Amino acid sequence: MPDVAAPVVLELSKVVKSFGAVVALRSGSLRLHAGSIHALIGENGAGKSTLVKIVAGLYRRDGGSFQLAGEDVDFTSTAQSKAAGVAVIYQEPTLFPDLTVTENIFMGRQPVGRFGRIDRKAMRHEVERLFTRLGVTIDPDRPAEGLSIADQQVIEIAKAVSLDASVLIMDEPTAALSGVEVERLFAIARSLRDEGRGLIFISHRFDEVFALCDTVTVMRDGAYISTTPIADTTPADLVRQMVGRDVTELFPKQETTIGAPLLEVEHLTSPGIFHDISFTVRAGEIVGLAGLVGAGRSEVARAVFGVDGYREGTVSMKGKRIARSRPTDAMRAGIALVPEDRRKQGLVIESGVGRNITTAIRRQLSRFGLLTTGMENRAAREWASRLEVKAHALDTVAATLSGGNQQKVVLAKWLATQPDVLIIDEPTRGIDVGTKSEVHRLLSELAGQGMGILMISSELPEVLGMADRVLVMREGRITAEIDRADATSENVMFAATHATTDGGHRS
Amino acid sequence: MSFASTTRIPVSGLTKHIGALGKAREFGILVALALVVTAATAKNPAFLFSPDGWRDLLLTPSILVLVAVGQAFVIITRNVDLSVGSVMGLSAYLTGRLFIDVPGIPIPVVVVLAVLFGAVLGLINGALVAFARVPAMVITLGTLYAYRGINVMWAGSSRVNASDMPREFLALGTGQILWIPVLSIVAVLVLAAAAWYMRNTRGGREYYAIGSDPAAAELYGLAVTRRVLTAFILSGALAGLAGVFYAARYGSVSSQAGAGWELDAVGAAVIGGVAITGGVGTVWGAAIGAVLLMTINRALPILGIPDFWQRAVVGVLIIGAIVLDRWLAVRQRQRLIEARDES
Repeated sequence: MPDVAAPVVLELSKVVKSFGAVVALRSGSLRLHAGSIHALIGENGAGKSTLVKIVAGLYRRDGGSFQLAGEDVDFTSTAQSKAAGVAVIYQEPTLFPDLTVTENIFMGRQPVGRFGRIDRKAMRHEVERLFTRLGVTIDPDRPAEGLSIADQQVIEIAKAVSLDASVLIMDEPTAALSGVEVERLFAIARSLRDEGRGLIFISHRFDEVFALCDTVTVMRDGAYISTTPIADTTPADLVRQMVGRDVTELFPKQETTIGAPLLEVEHLTSPGIFHDISFTVRAGEIVGLAGLVGAGRSEVARAVFGVDGYREGTVSMKGKRIARSRPTDAMRAGIALVPEDRRKQGLVIESGVGRNITTAIRRQLSRFGLLTTGMENRAAREWASRLEVKAHALDTVAATLSGGNQQKVVLAKWLATQPDVLIIDEPTRGIDVGTKSEVHRLLSELAGQGMGILMISSELPEVLGMADRVLVMREGRITAEIDRADATSENVMFAATHATTDGGHRS
Repeated sequence: MSFASTTRIPVSGLTKHIGALGKAREFGILVALALVVTAATAKNPAFLFSPDGWRDLLLTPSILVLVAVGQAFVIITRNVDLSVGSVMGLSAYLTGRLFIDVPGIPIPVVVVLAVLFGAVLGLINGALVAFARVPAMVITLGTLYAYRGINVMWAGSSRVNASDMPREFLALGTGQILWIPVLSIVAVLVLAAAAWYMRNTRGGREYYAIGSDPAAAELYGLAVTRRVLTAFILSGALAGLAGVFYAARYGSVSSQAGAGWELDAVGAAVIGGVAITGGVGTVWGAAIGAVLLMTINRALPILGIPDFWQRAVVGVLIIGAIVLDRWLAVRQRQRLIEARDES
C-alpha cells in the first residue's frame, strides 16, 4: 500500500501534447508517491508513452502542469530529466551497437580519475556489482550488437539502477522477459521501492500489475480515467475502464466465404530474426498477426515480400514458388505490402499524390516506355476517388497530408496493382479515429471481394475485431494460432508474452 | 530457447576474437606498410638506407597524419570534413603572410595563430552542421570551395617563397633530433594525445557513441551538438597545424596548396579502419593509413609503376579496405546472432 503521507515525487496534471493535427495526449494526469510502485495502464495509443516521453524530457508539453518533488519543471532535454533523477527504460531498448556492454551502461557519466581519464577498473567493478545484484551473466566486454531484446532490456535496467534515480519509469520492461527474469526484475523493483524511490510500471499484463503494484492509473484515448489502490479494484474493472466501449462495433468485419489458399509460407527462417514461420492466407480471409513490438512480425512480412532475404523455407502464391529477395517477383505474383512506416517506406514524401499512387504501376501505364502526366493522373484519379483521399489536387505534396490520408494514398498505390494478397503492417497507426474506421471498412470490403489480407497490428481490439484468424508471434516464433471465435485479449496477450503454446491451439 | 540460457552467452572466447579482429586491422595495414617499404628498398636500397630516404620516409607522411587524425575525429561521429585541404592551404598561406607582413614575429606566435585560424574555420563548419542540421558532406563541400576561393582572392597569382620566411622556421621543416625529423616528432605527439583522448575520456567515448547511434545518443542525454561542434573544431585546428607544417616543409605556398588533400585524408582514415558510417575505428588506424598512402605514392615510381597506375592503386586500396570492413562487420554480426540462437 502506498503511504499516503509519503511525499509526492512526481505529479502531472492535465498535460496536453499534440503532433500537428493528431492529439496524442488530451489530459494526462498522474501522481506518484515515494516508496510506491504505480501501474500505468491503457490500450495502445492511450497516451502512456507520450506521457512518459514528456517526463523523460523527450517531448515538451503543450499545456498542463508538471512537478517533480513539488517543484515545477519543464525539461527541454533528456539530460535535464536525467540530472533531476528520472530514469526511463523504454519499450524499445536504445543501445550503441558498436560499444561494449560496460560502455553502454556508463556512457556520459563514466567514473573519471586524474586528467579526466575514465576509470575502467571502477567501471568494470561497478558493472560486476550491478550484474550480480540483477543476477545476470552477460559478458560486460562484448559489443551490444547482436544481443537479444531480453538482454538489451536487462542492460537498460542496469543503466537505470546505476543512475540511482528517484523516479524510475519502466515502459513494458517485462514484454520480452521469461518468468524467471520477471521475478528477478520484480525483486529489484521492490527493493528500489523500499529504498524510497517512486516507480512507474507500464504493462499489459494484469497478473504482473496486481502482483507488483500498489496503485493503478488508467488512461484511455489520451486522457486520464482513474487512479485506484490496487486492493480496491479487479482486472474486470480495469478492462472496462481501459476499453470504455464495445470493441466489436468499432471494427466491423463482414462475414465472408473463405476460399482457396493464396499465400503459403512454410518453415521460413532467418537466423536471429525469426524461426520456422509457417502460415496460410486464404481468399476472402483476414489473418491478424499479433505480438509485441520487436517480435519479428514486420521482418516476416518483409521477407515474404522479398525486401529482406531468409535462409530457409519457402513462400508460394497459388501453389507457385516465389524467389527470395525479389520484390518484383512477389508483386507479379499478386502480393502487395503496405509498410509500417509510411513516410519513409510507403511514400515518396516530396512527390504529389498522383505520382505516389502510380508508383507501382508505371510499367503498365507507359506506352513505348514513355509516360505522360495525363496518363498517370487518369489512373491516379480513379484510385484517389475510390479511396476518398482528401487532397486539393493530384499534385498536392504527400508530406502535407494527414496520416490517415497518407495511408489511403499508400493503399491506393498498392490496390492499383490489383493484388490478390495484401500484407498490411499497422494499418491504422497514428491516424485519427474517423479515418481508422474507414480503413477498417475498406479492408473488410476487400476481403469480401476475395482478397487475402495479412494484417500486422499491435492494437488488440483491431486484431480481435477484424481478423478471421489470429497468429501470435513472440521472439521470432509463432506461438499460437487462434480462430476468430476463440480469440480473446487474454489468450492473444498470453501467447504474445509466454514461450509456451498454451494460449491457443496450434494447427 | 529458454531465456535463462540466453543471458549466459558463452562470449568470453568470442569477445577475445572480436577484440583481436580490431587489432588485426591496424596490424594488417602495418604489415602492408612493411611490405611496401621492403619492396621499394629491395629495388633501391636508398629508399630506406640513405639519410635522405630515411628522412623522407618519416617526414612526408607527417603532414597527412595530422589531417587524417582530425578527419578521424569527424568521421567517427558519423560526419565528414571535406574542407580540410582548403583549411590547410589557407593556414599555410596565412603562416607565410604573417612572416611577410609582421617582420620579426616570433615563430610560436605564428604557430598558435595558424592553429587558431584553422579552429575558427572548423568552427564555421561545425556550427553549420550542428545547428543547421544539414549533412556534413554538403556543408563541407561548400566550405571547401568557399575557403579555397578566399585563398585565391587573397593570394592572387602571387605566392609565398622560402626567402620570405625566416631561416629558423624553415629549419624546423627539415630539422632532426637524433635522426628523427622534428615534424614527425610533433605529429606523433599530437597523435598520441588524440589517441589517449579518444580512448580514455568521456568526450572521446561520446564521439564513438554519437557515431554508433545518433538517436540513442540523444536519448542518453549526451551533448550531441557540442560534441559534433568540437570534432569539427579539432579537425580544423589540426588542418591549421598541418598548414604550418606545409609552409615549413615546402617553403613555398601558392593559392593551390593542399588542393585534393581532403580526399587523401578521408582515404587514409578509411584504409586505417575508421568506418565511414561512424562509431568504429581509431586515430592510430587513420595515422597508419596516412603513412601507408604517402609511402605507396613514393614507392610506386621506384618500383617502376607508371604514373597512371599509382592513382589506381590508391583507389583499389580504398575500395579494398571498405569491402574488407563491410565483410568483417557482416561476419561479426552473423556470428553474434548465431551465438545467441545456439544458446
